[in-house]
Amino acid sequence: MTDFWIILTGTLVAASCGVLGCFLVLRKMAMVGDAISHSVLPGIAIAFLISSSRDSLLMLIGAAVFGLITVFLIQALQQGGLQSDASIGIVFTALFAIGVILISRNAANIDLDLDCVLFGEIAYVQWDTLIWNGYDLGPIAVWMLGGTFLIILAAIGLFYKQFKLCAFDPALAAALGIPVALFHYLLMGLVSLSTVASFESVGAILVVGMLIVPASTAYLLTDRLSVMLLYSILIGAISSAAGYYVAKWLDASIAGSMISVAGLLFLLAFLFSPLHGLIVRMRKRGRLKTVEAS
Amino acid sequence: METYPLEVERLTVAYQKKPVLRSVSFGIPSGKLIGVLGPNGAGKSTLLKAVLGLIPKVEGNVSIYGRPYQEQRKIVGYVPQRESVDWDFPTNALDVVMMGRYGHLGWFRRPGSKEREIAMECLTKVGMADYAGRQISQLSGGQQQRVFLARALAQNAQLYFMDEPFAGVDATTEKAIISLLHDLKEQGKTVLVVHHDLSTVKEYFDHVLLLNGELVAAGPTEDTFTSDNLQKTYGGRIAMLQDFGAATVGTV
Repeated sequence: MTDFWIILTGTLVAASCGVLGCFLVLRKMAMVGDAISHSVLPGIAIAFLISSSRDSLLMLIGAAVFGLITVFLIQALQQGGLQSDASIGIVFTALFAIGVILISRNAANIDLDLDCVLFGEIAYVQWDTLIWNGYDLGPIAVWMLGGTFLIILAAIGLFYKQFKLCAFDPALAAALGIPVALFHYLLMGLVSLSTVASFESVGAILVVGMLIVPASTAYLLTDRLSVMLLYSILIGAISSAAGYYVAKWLDASIAGSMISVAGLLFLLAFLFSPLHGLIVRMRKRGRLKTVEAS
Repeated sequence: METYPLEVERLTVAYQKKPVLRSVSFGIPSGKLIGVLGPNGAGKSTLLKAVLGLIPKVEGNVSIYGRPYQEQRKIVGYVPQRESVDWDFPTNALDVVMMGRYGHLGWFRRPGSKEREIAMECLTKVGMADYAGRQISQLSGGQQQRVFLARALAQNAQLYFMDEPFAGVDATTEKAIISLLHDLKEQGKTVLVVHHDLSTVKEYFDHVLLLNGELVAAGPTEDTFTSDNLQKTYGGRIAMLQDFGAATVGTV
């Protein structure tokens, strides 16, 4: 059962992040995903201080609020004339630092370990189970991640055309009357949600890997957005399962192994993808040269 | 009195407090091809974006057939500059053209076979039917521009705004665009085109707007596209411009 719960948790993290990651990568906002995953920390810490328990719902709300604050601040700095990468760097490190202070200052009172926040501990997920009417319904994390994944699927499924057009051509989207800013914040809200739902299992740092690596791999393998979303989920799921067994074999960090496998899959796609891989591109270039020579 | 397809009153637009357009007012006659001309930074694209509500106005009024743009979205088509989007986006030509129908679909309806049919017709009109399934990054610049035009056709609008459709396209595409513009005109539609190549202005447009932060002149091409007005619009670089103006005056 242990294997099953851990792999399921990892897969749900990967699936939630994989879907959103596709849109972040296509909008060239991968670093905003990175920023959000870090700056939700004060939200989590404050929720902890208020409830002094691991009340998941309150943590989700706290994190979502800080995720949106992050996006808002980054935009405000950019509009104030600062470069976008500098704005991202300033906002997320500042908020993350506040989170670190909040947690370390109150370490005695709260059962929230900084290591766990940063790196996650997916192996512990199975012991924190949801008990309802005396029945053990499985790990809380699985329920939370499952719920998050369903919310993401519902939002993207319902507004697929809006998300797609906002990613491809926001000017046309705005001209057609699609509320571009609303969908921007909706996407960022979902990223915050999936980050905080995932942080217990994979931590604030590795969740970025789940957001960006499977999506970037999928991007290399297809020319259609719908297929890219599907591949991204599949690659995330494969990374979770394979990463778990690698971790068992090496006796090493599970989350670390999962992202390492994802990184390896990316490397394979980068080199060997039949559409955009390095080798195919080099062959094409070689063929052009021979045509020119003859 | 006839209502103008587009009427702009005292439009002022600024980027971070620096005014780009200052109190621009004009009305556009119906069923004409209109060239928007001016040097770089004259606010041509800004004018289009402000009219479409993509950037905030400091002051002024814009009406489309006598009503605010927000109420008239469905009868307005827009072709942004080709460089404004990422052509590596995972999608194909047909799919991009179908995006022109999104405005008619409302919040929840998904594009279906009807939209596919319309999109295919529009691709055929721009001579791109054979490329419907092609990934958009594999198209040439001119082909990408034609896909954008097909997308605007799919919007089935009365009034079109095109931002530099002739920029960096091959001769085939330029001809395709021109014949398309004439088709639209014959159907009684009005098209505003941001344009750079002064040598083709007389040939392409019935009506011109000369912009240089302010509106220098607006009116029928033969009266308005004169060396005098061009000098006011383009300032010192008149030496090369004189020919166009002189030629215009000569043929009137």
